[in-house]
Amino acid sequence: MKTLKNIYENIGLPRLIIGLFFIFLVVTSIVLGFSPAALFSDVLRRWLMYGTLVLAMVPGIQSGIGLNFGISLGISAGLLGSVFAMEISFLRNWNEVLGAGAPWLTLLLALLFGIIMAAILGTLYGMLLNRVKGSEMTVSTYVGFSVIAFMNIVWLSLAFKNGELSWPLQGRGLRNTASLSGSFGGLLSNPDVVQSTQPAWLHWLAFKIGDFTVPLGLILVFALLCFIIWLFFRSKLGIAMSAAGENQLFTTTTGINVDGKRIQGTAISTVLGAVGIILYAQTYGFLQLYNAPLMMGFASVASILIGGASVRRAKISHVLIGTLLFQGILVTALPVVNEVIEIGTLPEVLRIIISNGIILYALSKTKGGNQ
Amino acid sequence: MEDQYLLSMNNISKEYYGNRVLKGVNLKVKPGEIHALVGENGAGKSTLMNILFGMPVIYSTGGFEGEIQMSGESTSIDCPHTAMNCGIGMVHQEFMLIPEFNVTENIKLGREIGEPTAFSKIFGNLLDKMNWPQMSRDARKALDSIGMMNIEEYAKVAGMPIGYKQFVEIAREIDKTGIKLLVFDEPTAVLTEGEADRLLEIMRLIAQKGIAIIFITHRLTEVMAVADSMTILRDGEFVARKDVKEINLARIAELMIGRKVDKLVDDSLLRSRDLSDDKIALEFKNYHVDMPGERVKGMNIKIREGEIFGFGGLAGQGKIGIANGIMGLFDTQGDVYAFGKRLDLSKLGEALRNDIAFVSEDRRGVGLLLGESIERNITFSAMQIKDEFLTHIGPIKLLDKAKADQHTRDMIKLLDIRCTGTSQAAGSLSGGNQQKVCLARAITMDPKILIVSEPTRGIDIGAKKLVLEYLTKINREQGTTIVMISSELVELRSLCDRIAIVSEGKVFSVMKPDDSDAAFGLAMAGVREEEAA
Repeated sequence: MKTLKNIYENIGLPRLIIGLFFIFLVVTSIVLGFSPAALFSDVLRRWLMYGTLVLAMVPGIQSGIGLNFGISLGISAGLLGSVFAMEISFLRNWNEVLGAGAPWLTLLLALLFGIIMAAILGTLYGMLLNRVKGSEMTVSTYVGFSVIAFMNIVWLSLAFKNGELSWPLQGRGLRNTASLSGSFGGLLSNPDVVQSTQPAWLHWLAFKIGDFTVPLGLILVFALLCFIIWLFFRSKLGIAMSAAGENQLFTTTTGINVDGKRIQGTAISTVLGAVGIILYAQTYGFLQLYNAPLMMGFASVASILIGGASVRRAKISHVLIGTLLFQGILVTALPVVNEVIEIGTLPEVLRIIISNGIILYALSKTKGGNQ
Repeated sequence: MEDQYLLSMNNISKEYYGNRVLKGVNLKVKPGEIHALVGENGAGKSTLMNILFGMPVIYSTGGFEGEIQMSGESTSIDCPHTAMNCGIGMVHQEFMLIPEFNVTENIKLGREIGEPTAFSKIFGNLLDKMNWPQMSRDARKALDSIGMMNIEEYAKVAGMPIGYKQFVEIAREIDKTGIKLLVFDEPTAVLTEGEADRLLEIMRLIAQKGIAIIFITHRLTEVMAVADSMTILRDGEFVARKDVKEINLARIAELMIGRKVDKLVDDSLLRSRDLSDDKIALEFKNYHVDMPGERVKGMNIKIREGEIFGFGGLAGQGKIGIANGIMGLFDTQGDVYAFGKRLDLSKLGEALRNDIAFVSEDRRGVGLLLGESIERNITFSAMQIKDEFLTHIGPIKLLDKAKADQHTRDMIKLLDIRCTGTSQAAGSLSGGNQQKVCLARAITMDPKILIVSEPTRGIDIGAKKLVLEYLTKINREQGTTIVMISSELVELRSLCDRIAIVSEGKVFSVMKPDDSDAAFGLAMAGVREEEAA
């Protein structure tokens, strides 16, 4: 009985409720006749797709800035990195010159650009957050929104030659949604892309077992990122950073510059946001510009909260559990609703209600206030 | 004869969570009398006043025993509102004024005078029109009656000198109809000397109108100057009720401190070292710390190597500021030398890098990472400052879990920390065990100077004994210089070689532990012996 209570306390009521709802949806959809293999492939894909963006919450929370709603800053850096890399790839005609290596180089270049820009922006953003101590989450929400608005102007004014990116017939401005199929889309996760563009010795990156897709490349990359962050918070710097987030006075008296650690934490969070959106686009197969990333911050925040993190403490396990539950519900809810209700756009409306409902529920479970 | 007293609180006892803070205390006040309530910090003065005002904190912790009589009639005061109706008012130490309101509004707050309007006849008197002229006249009258002709009733409270705010508070209490008893809680603590004198005058003026005053203060000279009689408390016990005429300062001080016999530390460890004035571990020269409420204002003292040195004194006098300045939590001025080397306290962690470790008085706020494990708490400083408990992989320094674990286990054993294991969160430990964790963190630094601030505050007697014994032990065995800051005089006197009494941010006098109670009492009150005689 006692162990049962312990298990219950470890899981916590919110995760229990959402977990049961998830299981309920899975069972219902299988009963309704959906293929379990396809369903689970989808859940797995979405889990990995959003995983890194949720992982980006961890350094922010641990260093004391709270939930980083301003992750759109990192997302914008990642998107900018991607479009620059694609433009260079197009101008240099890498597809012709390098063949199967071209998408790899584009991906690496996108990551490189994204990380550098995110590190710079994240540092500045961290300095801003140090000036608004106590209301970081409010400020970061607005930073997140403003940066998207600003990037809308940037996207509109970039004059790129790459036809996949630029608006047709205009010569100026980028498309709403750019396909990555000629570039690094699906390189780590889509069996069809891997089989058709990559040499045989790389076919293990993504393959199918029956109907079930295993995006092994993406799994490894995500696992590696999680491992690096886990390791980081066991290093001297990481430990100092978590202490700064936990108790500023304590950390100051140990001779550590709390503000500096907060800036570093914010920068790392922003960099992970950049990496996260590139992996997201890679999995999705499309680069979504303009207002698409507007609400991604909220989804990330909701995921980690559902996973059991608080505003002050977060662990890798919270990222894994939270993303699985949040994305799992979204993936399974839509076909179920579609099947049950067959009136016009109602399923879409319901899907929005469900996803925002989960976010609302997660935010209501925040402990520790706005400190 | 009972009814000669306006207020009599008889045989009052109060327990907080099994801890008896008041043991059969009596307090009697006559009408028109200024009655001082004196005692050290923690003697039970505030609790007694909370009972008098029927504060919720009393009732949420199980009420109290004893009887309160107003003008000879037994009264039950179960909420602050009842106290108000009984004619009891309070002048608070922290001002309960709204800065953005003017003087009249503050004085009349909650007791506004209204004129009925068409709306208020229908919707109740909350929609009355304010009768400003009448309210201003009342405020003026109240201010005049305490001799404050120069405070304008229409001035905003924000930006007023602190003394004036205090007077506005008093005026507010005076303005309440039927006020019979006013409590002044440390009213002079925040005032300048001139303002304090003025306040004492006002107290006399109020008393002449037949209103009784209970005057709570640490400043014994003020008691002598203004009070008619006094009640002395010590450790929650009633010591004496005296008329001021029949007592002198030295006697009051002696009654306040009292001799407590319980020996806190084993004798076998005590006093066996050579301390030399040539070997100075820590020196303060004109040391200032800008810590609100505990300012240090120009301190000069030399602490010898291998000494256990105590800083005592009343709350708010600056002893707490000493350690917080060195820790780097507040700005400092002046010079601090450790073993002859000047410390640059503007640099973070300067003291730690010079072998000075601390145990903060604010365990939960400063001393611990409440959400982290015992292990993380104990090893943190040594890891960050001295690179201990780390394995180096190239430029990356990773936690050496096994080493940290082993050290934590040793510390748990050494200090008898009661816990479920090294990974238990520090926040879930009891106060005494948290204090041991703080101590363990400090000694993990292997310091040459250990500064402990209020090491026994809020911990049980067993843990107290262990902590004090351990401090003595590392002093004797490893020659660690220990600086102990404490409000508990008994503790300081049982442990220290010398004790500096801090008053108004400066060292008032350096005393030996076996100096008389009266001498300590006077020094705590900031009175020179010559003055007392």
